[in-house]
Amino acid sequence: MPSTVTSPLSAAPSSAPSSARRSISTLASLAVLCATIVASVAVGSKDLPLDEVWRALAEPDGSDATAIVRDLRVPRTLLGLLVGAALGAAGALMQGITRNPLAEPGILGINAGASLAVVIAISVLGLGEPSAFVPFALVGAGLTALLVFALGGSGRGGPTPIRLALAGAVLMTLLISLTSAILVFSARTLDEFRFWLVGSIAGRDASITYAVAPFLVAGLVAAVACGRGLNALALGDDIAKGLGQRVVRTRVTAGLASVVLSGIAVAVAGPVAFVGLAVPHIARALCGPDYRWIIPLSLVLGAALLLGADTFGRVVARPAELQVGIATALLGAPFFVWLVRRGQMGAV
Amino acid sequence: MSASAFVVRRGRASLRVQRRTASVFALCLVAIPLALVVSVAVGEFPVPLSEAFSALVGRGDPGTSFVIHDLRLPRALAALLAGAALGISGAIFQEVTRNALVSPDIVGVSGGASAAACAVIVLTPWDGPWAVPLGALAGALVSGALLFGLSWRDGLTGYRVVLVGIGLSSLALALTSYVLTRGRVFEVGEAYVWLVGTVNGRGWDQVTPLAMSMVLLVPASLLAGRQLDALVLGDDIARGLGAPVGRSRAGLLVLATLLTAVAVATAGPIGFVAFIAPHLARRALDSRSATALMPASAACGALLVLVADVVSRLIFAPTEMPVGLITSILAAPYFLVMLRRAANLGAAG
Repeated sequence: MPSTVTSPLSAAPSSAPSSARRSISTLASLAVLCATIVASVAVGSKDLPLDEVWRALAEPDGSDATAIVRDLRVPRTLLGLLVGAALGAAGALMQGITRNPLAEPGILGINAGASLAVVIAISVLGLGEPSAFVPFALVGAGLTALLVFALGGSGRGGPTPIRLALAGAVLMTLLISLTSAILVFSARTLDEFRFWLVGSIAGRDASITYAVAPFLVAGLVAAVACGRGLNALALGDDIAKGLGQRVVRTRVTAGLASVVLSGIAVAVAGPVAFVGLAVPHIARALCGPDYRWIIPLSLVLGAALLLGADTFGRVVARPAELQVGIATALLGAPFFVWLVRRGQMGAV
Repeated sequence: MSASAFVVRRGRASLRVQRRTASVFALCLVAIPLALVVSVAVGEFPVPLSEAFSALVGRGDPGTSFVIHDLRLPRALAALLAGAALGISGAIFQEVTRNALVSPDIVGVSGGASAAACAVIVLTPWDGPWAVPLGALAGALVSGALLFGLSWRDGLTGYRVVLVGIGLSSLALALTSYVLTRGRVFEVGEAYVWLVGTVNGRGWDQVTPLAMSMVLLVPASLLAGRQLDALVLGDDIARGLGAPVGRSRAGLLVLATLLTAVAVATAGPIGFVAFIAPHLARRALDSRSATALMPASAACGALLVLVADVVSRLIFAPTEMPVGLITSILAAPYFLVMLRRAANLGAAG
């Protein structure tokens, strides 16, 4: 294959940052992620000295510290890590598939479908525990994604990105309306639902984390593998086809991965806003428009933001906690606006 | 000149009008007054359409006139005006950013209004017909000022405004959710109804300020909107055509934000109208003209909220639904059908 054919997909466009800058950004992001992991295990509403935390990890005895660190903080950190990575990667995939910088995991109606299912679970079945909502939210998210693909992909001209995005946006508002219709008339449901709606990873069963982890990891691997195909999609369908890329296959793989990642994320943590939409933009500002970098970097930054925000939320309002959905926006939004103002945000 | 268009000349001015555009506007001119009469006629105390019309033009009996003039007309006008304002605002945002997914909801103006209104309802003891609208207006104006202040850098670009708006709206959403988890469930329920969007109980106190601000904002938007046809071609071409790109874009975005602010202060953040009205108008007009889009989108938004308000009173009578629920339930299926039929969708949908 002549080199001119592969160059648009592999070589960086001229506007992209240098490879040194990319490596530095990646290393810095990984360092931030490691710091947030350490902080998330070490810091919490119960004050434990660092050496005690370390002892609880290395030589578990039956003490309270061991129970807190090993049974509460480690599973919670793992969950935050996975959910943040999933949301960041899913957002990058959605923006790549739809070629729209405003696409986010919620745009396919996934969060709205999960919300409706949770509201039905509360109002009809009387459930009240976040862990009990997980299967309902999963089914709601999955059914909604199927419906969006069926509606957006069946008209004349097939599943174009804009058609999918519009079908998702419209279905999303329809589902939100149905959800609100229940909430407006049932104060008891609203009373439970308002806490789920914020988005939180506190108090989730560790067994749930271990159950969803394999699927999330598989989704993340698939997401990273889509980078090259999404670079081709960014050039437009016709050019991508001309370059020998399988446009439909890329779109289906990336779409599926994004649905799995964001569907599971909303099921276990509730609709955490901001991460899926903003993190890919931050990644793009740091590493340029190459999806082989954007997706892994979004994954790392998403995890770092979610974990950092969760830890921040545990400390800032002691002894109460600020839910992670609120803390991500409080921490992330000013940084995001600062990046936009510096003119680092490129178009998709 | 093609058969699908005709030219109106008056002195030196001339205007080329698509036949389709003309018939769409003619249809709206019939449909909106009709919907208004129906809206004031239906309710707990039904009035025959003919009597409702007489009362509207000032010839009804005193009892009917009171119900229609003091109770139902302000509410119907609130729906009509808020819908029109959101329709224009949505059209401006979608055309300036050239993105079909953008609506003023996304840039945090209604988000700021929502956070402030929820805070007033849940956290403060303030009451009365002014407290919530004023709070919402203040929230919208503060977030609007932040939006333009933070995205100004040698002028405004649609893309930067939208990105800064995303940051602001996620902050506003976080504040709103926080307030909702703080309050007692009765007040939270009240705040939730406001968040869905409702015109229930709106009187002249709220409609008059909305109408007065729209008298200023709508003509200004339509005037500034004449530059839109050039702007949608992209900055370079627009400059080449002699359009004052930076000034007209900044002006349009500020006007659109103010329109959203006054609409949301009166009727709550009726979701979906600002997003869907331009799409409905585009399908109805079947043309790419941005100048025709703005009034058509205003008409679609007004008609949608007006009809949705009537449906919201009838569907579970005597219980009233918030109008924001009905707008999307009415418009979404229609839009999905159109989406299947449309063969090709441009960048702006």
